[in-house]
Amino acid sequence: MQLELSDDDATFRDELREFFTTKVDEDIRTVVRERGELTKDQIVRGHRTLNEAGLAVPHWPVEWGGRDWTPLQRHIWHEEMQRAAVLPPLAFNTSMIGPVIAQFGTQEQKERFLPKTANLDIWWSQGFSEPDAGSDLASLRTSAVRDGDDWIVNGQKTWTTLGQYGDWIFTLVRTDPDVKKQAGISMLLIDMTSPGVEVRPIELIDGGHEVNEVWFSDVRVPAENLVGEVNSGWTQAKFLLGNERVGVAPVGSVKRVLAQTKEWAAATTTDADGTTLLDDPLVASRIAELENELLALELTALRVVANSADGKPHPASSVLKLKGSELQQAVSELVVDVAGPAGLGSGGTSETSDLEQWQRRATPAYLNLRKASIYGGSNEVQRQIIAGTILGL
Amino acid sequence: MDFTYDEEQLALRDAARSLLTKSYSDFENRRKAVGTGHDGDGPGYDPAVWGQMAEMGLLALPFSEEDGGVGAGPVEVGIVAEEVGRVIAPEPFLTTVVLAGGLVAAVGTDEQRGEIVGGLAAGELVPALAHAEPGSRWQPSARTVSATQDGDTWTLEGVKEPVPYGATADLLVVSAALPDGGTGLFTVDPSVDGVERTGYRTPDGGRAARVRLSGVTATPLGEAGADATEAIAASYDATRVAAAQEAVGAMQVALDTTSDYLKSRKQFGVPLKTFQALTFRAADMYVSLELARSLAQWATMVLASPSTDAAERRTAATRAWAQVSRAARHIGQEAIQLHGGIGVTAEYSVGSYTAHLTTLDHLLGDSRHHLGALARGVADYDVVDPIG
Repeated sequence: MQLELSDDDATFRDELREFFTTKVDEDIRTVVRERGELTKDQIVRGHRTLNEAGLAVPHWPVEWGGRDWTPLQRHIWHEEMQRAAVLPPLAFNTSMIGPVIAQFGTQEQKERFLPKTANLDIWWSQGFSEPDAGSDLASLRTSAVRDGDDWIVNGQKTWTTLGQYGDWIFTLVRTDPDVKKQAGISMLLIDMTSPGVEVRPIELIDGGHEVNEVWFSDVRVPAENLVGEVNSGWTQAKFLLGNERVGVAPVGSVKRVLAQTKEWAAATTTDADGTTLLDDPLVASRIAELENELLALELTALRVVANSADGKPHPASSVLKLKGSELQQAVSELVVDVAGPAGLGSGGTSETSDLEQWQRRATPAYLNLRKASIYGGSNEVQRQIIAGTILGL
Repeated sequence: MDFTYDEEQLALRDAARSLLTKSYSDFENRRKAVGTGHDGDGPGYDPAVWGQMAEMGLLALPFSEEDGGVGAGPVEVGIVAEEVGRVIAPEPFLTTVVLAGGLVAAVGTDEQRGEIVGGLAAGELVPALAHAEPGSRWQPSARTVSATQDGDTWTLEGVKEPVPYGATADLLVVSAALPDGGTGLFTVDPSVDGVERTGYRTPDGGRAARVRLSGVTATPLGEAGADATEAIAASYDATRVAAAQEAVGAMQVALDTTSDYLKSRKQFGVPLKTFQALTFRAADMYVSLELARSLAQWATMVLASPSTDAAERRTAATRAWAQVSRAARHIGQEAIQLHGGIGVTAEYSVGSYTAHLTTLDHLLGDSRHHLGALARGVADYDVVDPIG
């Protein structure tokens, strides 16, 4: 057992810290720090800055831009990025479909898609969930029927995050309705400019347009866009969702927001004598408790990465998503309470309101983050996994 | 950063587990050792098991070779503590070896360390730390027991209570308010005039005592008249971290026992694990356990690291126990509830795990106490960085 990083890992951390805090455009980091909404241009620009430095897809195979880092180095990379308020590379590209194509794709698919995916020349959207297939993903109904060299796709996907920016969408479609539901699914890559693809916005409770419905009406998809074998899509889906779960504890960014919350609380006077909200023992104790829980989560993440080296996830990894989302939500709730009456100003802008940006963003961010315990396998699904696969219940 | 044990440490774990499992895997053996009902007679543990622990070198782990120890460190102590926790062995490893022994090793003279630590390591002398006083709440200082000096003679007056395993200890290490301020440490032979010891049971079947000191002649531990407040605090910190590992062992077994029960116990014609209302609660126990384990192991590494200072070690111990204490309440309560009535009986193991976990809070401070300390300092830094 050893507390310290090795000299190599310490150097690695210092170099990344230096890069993230000096080489990523400040306008992007400012928006992230203030919990604002990034434009498409900012997301693309930030992503490409990382990719040019070899920091967008370090976990991919080396042949396609991977860096062959240790699990601990990948963890440090992820934490330092969030700590510096750098937006991580677009997950749909780098964590979701990229590794799937690298693992299951044909050589042609790899050459066609991977470089552009790494550089965000293609913006990928996710087409998994459907109105009747949420946590029960395998019951999806969007169908693909073979017609000559094409598949004809009909159906509806939903919760497609940032689908309004998407160039391509990776989908799970039903290619055999007559077998066990998991056995009749395939993965299809669909060009979103194809005739018959329609993206319709869903407004969320924070007032934003983050997610969409994607409708497919007789969309013609070349057969070469199928990933893996026909009816093997559930294998690719499980591979993708497994990757999603490992990187899903946003420890670094939640730590950063909590540190900012202390500054905000210290800047909020509650009395003419200069007493601040941070002097309130109930506020301070909530902060202390959240910091300790976050510390426990971060250390659990470190334990898990250190013990997952043989490629098999450590059982405690299921804790990360469950507790990570709970803490992310708890910190966002604390910000709401620190904002207090200023939280009413959510509709204001720097032109129309004297309130601080963080105060105006507090409640929309809190409302938006209710999603965190729902997506990526809801927290109830996580409990089911823990009870079933770890405790044998 | 590395959370894994090396070969030697794994061998130590196997040896300790083998000894303690042989002794206490039959829960009835523990009941015999601690006694039943409200019976507070006897030492509250099995002296034969204590002797075997000494033979295996477990009692010598944290002490230097010059003092009669084996020169291991917090990692090895934590490994043994976790095994003690797995069977809630009643032997006073924590309070005697880590707490009292650690303090003597830290402040005693060469001669005192050789005699007391050496005797403890060999299983021949059981010291107890008499620090808590009626009305005190985990402060590292003494208030109501006072020391007075007349030439080279020191005299103690006042009541120490509760003193863990104080009624049967061979030697008392007593803290006392010094005439010129500060807290001094003294050794007291419990058989001398003016020492009155009354022992009783603690909630987990352990033992504690009231120790009344009436004009008792005492020997300064280490330098006479020196303030030992920091040393007392540091020894409690080390004990908190070891206790965190002990609690992790106990919580793991409480959860395993509960999971097994949910699989085997049938109601309404089906196993209890059929009911999601129960299995989800077991899943939450697992979450609490793993988070607590992470902090316990981290704090152990902070203590073992050559590059951390006393303040960092203090904070790590505080953080670890704040988390473990909370987890222990959660897991202890749920373990009983998920069992149902059998969980509150003395003959079934799981309730005693809950009792022991609660007892550790009394000894070391509950989560409110430690979170309070953390809350008072949140303005002093921006983020908590666990990597050294």
